[in-house]
Formats: sequence, C-alpha cells, structure tokens
Amino acid sequence: MKHDFSELRLDHVTRRFAGAGGHAFAALSDLTMTIRRGEFVALLGPSGCGKSTALNCIAGLLPLSGGTIQLDELRIDTLPPEKRGFGMVFQNYALFPHMSVERNIGFGLRMHGVPASEMAPRVANALKLVQLTGQEHKLPGQLSGGQQQRVAIARAIVIEPPLVLMDEPLSNLDAKLRIETRAEIRRIHRELGRATIYVTHDQDEALSLADRIVVMKDGVVQQIASPHEIYAEPANLHVANFMGYRNLFELDIVREEGQRVDLAGPDIRLSGTRKQPGSGKRAVVAIRPEELALGDGPNGANTITARVDNVEYCGRDSLVDVITASGTRLHVRATSSPALGDQVRVHAPPERVLVYPAA
Amino acid sequence: MSGEGPPRDANYAPPAGSAVASPEAARVAVHFDRTLLLAVPATLFMLLLFIYPFLYGLALSFTPPKGDWLANYRTFFSSDHLWPTIWTTLRLALPATLINVGIALPIAYKMRVKSRYQRWITTILVVPITLGTVLIAEGMLTYFGPKGWLAQFLQWAHLYDGSIRLTHNYWGVLISLVISGFPFAFLLILSYITGIDPVLARAASTLGANPLAQFRHIYLPLLAPGLAMCFCLAFVQAFSVFPSAVLLGAPAGPTRVISIAAYEAAFEQYDYSLASAIAMIMGFVQLLIVAAVLGLRNFFYRGPVTGGKG
Repeated sequence: MKHDFSELRLDHVTRRFAGAGGHAFAALSDLTMTIRRGEFVALLGPSGCGKSTALNCIAGLLPLSGGTIQLDELRIDTLPPEKRGFGMVFQNYALFPHMSVERNIGFGLRMHGVPASEMAPRVANALKLVQLTGQEHKLPGQLSGGQQQRVAIARAIVIEPPLVLMDEPLSNLDAKLRIETRAEIRRIHRELGRATIYVTHDQDEALSLADRIVVMKDGVVQQIASPHEIYAEPANLHVANFMGYRNLFELDIVREEGQRVDLAGPDIRLSGTRKQPGSGKRAVVAIRPEELALGDGPNGANTITARVDNVEYCGRDSLVDVITASGTRLHVRATSSPALGDQVRVHAPPERVLVYPAA
Repeated sequence: MSGEGPPRDANYAPPAGSAVASPEAARVAVHFDRTLLLAVPATLFMLLLFIYPFLYGLALSFTPPKGDWLANYRTFFSSDHLWPTIWTTLRLALPATLINVGIALPIAYKMRVKSRYQRWITTILVVPITLGTVLIAEGMLTYFGPKGWLAQFLQWAHLYDGSIRLTHNYWGVLISLVISGFPFAFLLILSYITGIDPVLARAASTLGANPLAQFRHIYLPLLAPGLAMCFCLAFVQAFSVFPSAVLLGAPAGPTRVISIAAYEAAFEQYDYSLASAIAMIMGFVQLLIVAAVLGLRNFFYRGPVTGGKG
C-alpha cells in the first residue's frame, strides 16, 4: 500500500445502473479530474447527483462502467477496496459494534499486518488527534454521535492512507456538533496534510472545508473550481441556483458589449456581467440576496422599484421580499426592516448581476 | 410471553383495605387494561396442553407401580438397555446439528446479498421443510438403499464397487436428520445474517480486510449469538428424533434412541410411569446442552448489529 502520492487521476469515470424497464442510466458520467497531494476536494450536489457514486467508485466499493482511475502511474480501478488502502468515513459511522474504540481504530492496522508493538502508539496517537483519549475501552454504542464519528475518522486515518474519503460524515449530527466536527476535520486535515475527498450536499460545509469544489448534477460535473470562484462566479445556472443565487429571472437582452450586458423587462432595467456564453434574445440574471441593497445605486443606475411584500427578521439582518409592478419577486438581505407595503428601491452593482443564457 | 402483563397494572392495584365502593376503586375498575384479556386463550392453551401434561408426567415419573419414588430413575440408569440410549441419541443429534449449522452458515452468507437467483435457491433449499419425516424416509430408502439409484449409479459409473449401506443404520438416520433439519437452520441463519448492516463489511474492506477477514472479524462475531440460538433449536429438534430412527435406522441396536426407549416403555410394556421418567431424562439432557450453549453465548458480544445511527 502506498502512503503517499503526487496525484490521483480520474479519467472519464462512469458508472451506469440498470434503471426501471431495463434502461441503464448513468449515475456518474465522465468524471475527469486530478486530485493533488494534500488537497481537500469537496464533491457537492443535491441528493442523486452522483457524488456518492463517485466516492464509492474511488474507494472500490462500486466497479466502474467506464474510465480509469490512476494513483500516479498505478492503475487502481481494477483493485478491490482492501488493496487500495484508502481510509473511508461513512455517513452512519459504520463502527464495528462488537469492538472497543481501541480495537475499531486498530482494525485497519491489524489487517495490514502492523506488529502489535507499533500498533499501540499509533492507536493512541489517533485517539489523541480526535481528542478521545480515555475512551479507548468503550464500545461504540456507549459513545455519542459526535464521538462515534470521531472514532470513525481516527479509524480511517490511522492506517496513514494516501487518500481519505468522507461520505457526508456530518449529516447525522445536530447543528452544533456539525460545526464543531467540521472544524475538527479541517484541523486534522491541516495537521496531517492527507488528500481528502469529501462528499456533501451542504454548500457551507464545502465552502468552509475544501480547497477545490466539484459541483455535480445528474451525474455530470457542472464546475470544478475554488470555493471563492464557485461562490462568486458560478459557471452555469444550476451552480448559481445551488450556491444561493435566489433571485433568478428572465429579461430581454438590449445591448451586449464584451462581458457587459444591458437587459430590460417590463419594469426592470439592469446591467449585468455575462458568465456563460449564449445566443438568443433573452437571458436569465442571477443575483444573491446579500448583493441586493435597499436604496439607489450610483447615479440611479441598476435600480429597481418595488413594493415590500414580506419581512423575515433574522437577527443580524432581515430577509425582505419585494415585488415589482409586473410581479417579479426579489429577495433582499437588508440591514434595516422596511414596513410592509412600502415602495422601496433596490440596486446591485453590475458586476454582481450574473447573466446566463435562458433555457 | 403470554404470562407477563404491562407493569403499569401494578400501579392501579386498589389500596389494601379501601372501601370497594370508593371512587378510587371505581377508577381502578375502569383502568383495568382489557387488552390483557387477549393473553387469556394463549395462557390457557399453555396451561392445559403444556404445563399440566408436563407436571403430570413429572409426578407420574416419581410414582412407579412398585418400588420407592426414585425406582424408575434407578431402573433407567442401571439398565444397560436404557441409559446408553442417551449416548446413542447424542451421537446422532450433535453431529447432525453441527453439520446443519456448519453447512447452513456459508450458504446463508453467500445468499445474504439480494440477487435474481436468491429467491430460487432459497426456495429449493427450504423445500425439505415441507416434507414429512416419513416421506423423506420413504424417498431415502429408494434412493440410498442397497439397490437404490445412488448405488446403481456408482456401480454403473465404476466409481465405487463395494456394497453401499446408507439405510437401516446410523448413517441413514444422520442423513435424514440433515435433510429435515437443514432448511430450518438455513432460514434462521439467513435472517440473522441479513440483519447485519452490510456497510460494516464495506468499512472493513476499505481498512484492508479481504472477504475472508470480513467474515471472520465482522460477520462471525456478530452472528455468534444467533448461531448459538440456531444450534439450540436445531439440536432440540434432532434430539427428539423418532420416526427416522425407526424407519431408516436400526432401532434394535445402533439407532435405538431415547425416544424409542420411551415409546417401548409406554406402548409395549404399558409402564407409563417409566416412560414418563425417560421423557423427563430426555428433557433434562436437552436442557443441559441448551444451557451450556446459551452459557457460552454470554462470552460473545450481544448488542445491536449496526454500526451507528442509521
């Protein structure tokens, strides 16, 4: 088993399943990417997007229908999971219920024939890393959910795998534990520097943990980029929608010059920035609620007049829904709370009004 | 457990010495959990058809027609005709049970994954459970007999030319116990195996465990309590062997099992008292083995068989 590598190459990795009526459908199509040593990559998408399929293919738990996986010069997609030696953390922890914490963590070392004298200090180190020293003789059933998931993480990393795979490891934890364990995962990754592939449907998790995010939909990769780029410059409408661009509406294109697009609707005139090339007279604009502000823009540009329809107080700010005269609804994050029924003006800078081709 | 009622009934017991007509008493009457009545038929059934006959037999075994109250037991353990039947029966029941559990385990392990063939194979394996012991014996006599198909085939193919005797001896009874007991053990183990979360084996495989190690370190320890249970049930079934010991065995000698001894005492010597004593001894031996196996079970992990919150 290799303990280190410089890159893991996925080349057109495809997995088809037999669907209803004997039709094969591709749960994962043509995933091609390279994961570098020490990198933290998140596979992000709604359920059924193929992210877990991708992870299981990499782990060897699912055979590929097409494509190859290579760890440096070694082709691994034909190896069974026990020969790949990737540490994996499962959503429901998958701790062995009949083994103590210590034996759970030591299991991988035992299977790899590590001598007992070397095993004890490594298990102790792993326990220290996940801050569970003193719990080594308990059974998994005697631990809380958060502790169980930390045991699972320790069990996966103690074998010093070249690659750590995590399948929605936080989704069975409550909100507070989720944030704590997330920080823990980040810290462990920083301390060990092991390449990690992390599957999640939660944008916040992906943004806060990953060096690079792969956004998927229906088995197809939509965008592979840094968290900042995914957040600020979604490659297409699906990604924009998934990353919290809640204001999506169609307008006519009036003028287009380079990236800059002027658009118009019955009572909306906006300038935006094109993010995905397209032809056609209509386009969809995507604006994040945080990037719409109450009030006039500079020189009254990019300003929309609308009536306040709903206000949700959220503590630090409010989520204000406004409706234009022609019925377009906009979501605005505002620091002040206007009264219901008020006429207000909202604006967004042209570089934050993203323009995508209409479907 | 038909005899146990919900514990909350205890809280509603009328306080001692309270007036019958008091409001509390009325409330108690209202709060009597009437669903408890559903347990009455089962309790009666157990009392009339199991507990009463058992106690009657127990009492009968201590009241022999002549001699003191232990005379029957003294007869059994001093007669060379009687006490060796315990060993004869154990010699059949223990190997049969071990074979059944031992063969059922790997097959059930293979069948744990849902597949197109699983239902068919399971059905075929379970068919013998629908056949009566006598039907199995009848079939075996024609198939395994000295002039049966098996012997004819082996001789025709020149695989084995000696005489083959698989009926009317120890082997005939053993084979019949395996045929009739296997489906039972198989179904029981299959249900235990499918209850184990398959993610555990996948987790083990990512940690370097090959399929054999996955079985040894994950499935086997989690199955152990179930296997012990299965062993007990299969053993009790095999220990009470009677028809096949008569039809396929040598009931006068090597397969004179304990139930034959009891039958002879009851229906050939008309000594019901001795027959009851033999039946009690039979039950006691079964109890001993079951207690030993269940005692061993305590050494194994017996908690939930999933790996966390699901």
